[in-house]
Amino acid sequence: MARTEIRISGLGGQGVILSGYIIGRAAAIFDTNFATMTQSFGPEARGSACSCQVILSEERVLYPYIRKPQILVVMSQEAYDKFAPELADDGILLIDSDLVKINGRHGSAVTFGIPATRFAEELGRKIVLNIIMIGFFTAMTGIVKEDAAREAILQSIPKGTEELNLKAFKRGLEYGKELRAKGTSKTKAASKPSRPAAKGKAAKASP
Amino acid sequence: MNTKRVRFVQGNEACALGAIDAGCNFFGGYPISPSSEIAEQLSALLPRHEGKFIQMEDEIGAMGAVIGAALAGAKSMTATSGPGFSLKQENLGMACMAEVPCVIVNVMRGGPSTGAPTSPAQADVLQARWGTHGDHPIIVTAPTTVQEIYHESIRAFNLAERFRNPVVLLLDEINGHMREKIELCDPAEIELWHRPKPPVDKNWERPYERNEEGVPLIPNFGTGSRFHVTGLDHGLTGFPTGDPKIRQALHHALIAKIEDNRPLILKNEAYMVDDAESLIIAYGSTARSARRAADILRKEGRKVGLFRPLTLFPTPEEDILRAAAGKKLIVVPEMNLGQYVLVLRRILGRDIPIIQVNRTDGDPITPDQIIAAVQGR
Repeated sequence: MARTEIRISGLGGQGVILSGYIIGRAAAIFDTNFATMTQSFGPEARGSACSCQVILSEERVLYPYIRKPQILVVMSQEAYDKFAPELADDGILLIDSDLVKINGRHGSAVTFGIPATRFAEELGRKIVLNIIMIGFFTAMTGIVKEDAAREAILQSIPKGTEELNLKAFKRGLEYGKELRAKGTSKTKAASKPSRPAAKGKAAKASP
Repeated sequence: MNTKRVRFVQGNEACALGAIDAGCNFFGGYPISPSSEIAEQLSALLPRHEGKFIQMEDEIGAMGAVIGAALAGAKSMTATSGPGFSLKQENLGMACMAEVPCVIVNVMRGGPSTGAPTSPAQADVLQARWGTHGDHPIIVTAPTTVQEIYHESIRAFNLAERFRNPVVLLLDEINGHMREKIELCDPAEIELWHRPKPPVDKNWERPYERNEEGVPLIPNFGTGSRFHVTGLDHGLTGFPTGDPKIRQALHHALIAKIEDNRPLILKNEAYMVDDAESLIIAYGSTARSARRAADILRKEGRKVGLFRPLTLFPTPEEDILRAAAGKKLIVVPEMNLGQYVLVLRRILGRDIPIIQVNRTDGDPITPDQIIAAVQGR
């Protein structure tokens, strides 16, 4: 694996930073890769824009900032609008499909959606939406091994919440695997700028 | 791999972990971005390691507390950023003069004055050397990776103890805040230095008498010897004196303590330097971009090397001269408007062209910027 640049973004309070931390930790400690993670500092109080950058590589990562990410995870419309244009042409865009309406800003990158917040609410705690997103990320990108991601989650969450978080991870992972099994060709078409996704259907349309 | 000792942590956390592994048992500080995580971590770690954590009323008080704790025998530290580092300078001078072992971490951000709280800079490099007034001895080290921050944090305490001198650990917002994998040392295998002891346990009367390394044999307060600590010029007893001979001897001894022990203090890295035609000299997190630039240029067939001084002061003059010998071009990237390059220009003279790459807009210097400078664009 050459250098892979990832941006995870959303709103303060969605667990954006923790997602980046878990992915970096999974790769660096429970897998055989090198990783760096940097995060935005500023007025990222709850409810405003928040993002972090993760770089994974087989070699030591030197420059720790992204230039053209191959993977962009967005959990809010603002984050999509702001960061989608920087995504690489052959990149992967992962969205919370209930919260983000794609509008062509991401160019020709492949888009996959998951109603992560809704799933999290179904599991009983909206707070695990980021863990669902990590499960989805693991399934769709294959860049972090399942076991590594699971182990990194377990070591990064408060004691007593293991069951809920593992359920959340599984939900995202399985949704992603199903999506992959169904094929991705339509997704690509749906993500093209010439065919903006139908209102509110970005995610459901993606498989 | 022993995953228990492998962590994925911020540089600031690594600094705190290194301090604990070095035996730090006192932190006096006042929070300031981007250094606050060091205080935050140590406020949790120190009480678990029989240490004390005090948040003082400001940075001046914090530096005072650090000196007091160190005189009482503690391995003592503080952490701050530019504006706080300015406030600490008066007491830092006191620590240099009274030969108080302590570690001062400065996680650099922009300046002057309040500057930019949470964006990176390397603008306090010369302040770290010359921030407090008078000819004074100081050790300044600037690690690059998170792993190196951990090791340098341990080394800073060892140097402070061995030479009874303040050591400044210069981080910056980039390597202070970025997360990276580190492997912690086995505590049993860490070599720890302790300040030299006086020849007698009690009633030692010459606290400023020096050992063979030029380091005074000052007892810890409360161990049975009375002595005086002052910022005034002083003799062997520690009491002020106006005697020109004693004053001159003191000033020379202070500087000699660090300069004469340079081989024990200096640390640096030469990367693909020998056959290089162009040499990049970089330190701190900018050296990450510099090494990437060197790697990319090597792949394109350009002979480029990197010299990375870890100990900025005392300056590794001989190593810099050796690395630069015969080079056609020197490139010096720094997140300031040209500070360490002044030191390099003094050492290297005017024979080799030196190109500066400077940036103070709060964004990091990119590998591309350095590549462009090497290629003469």
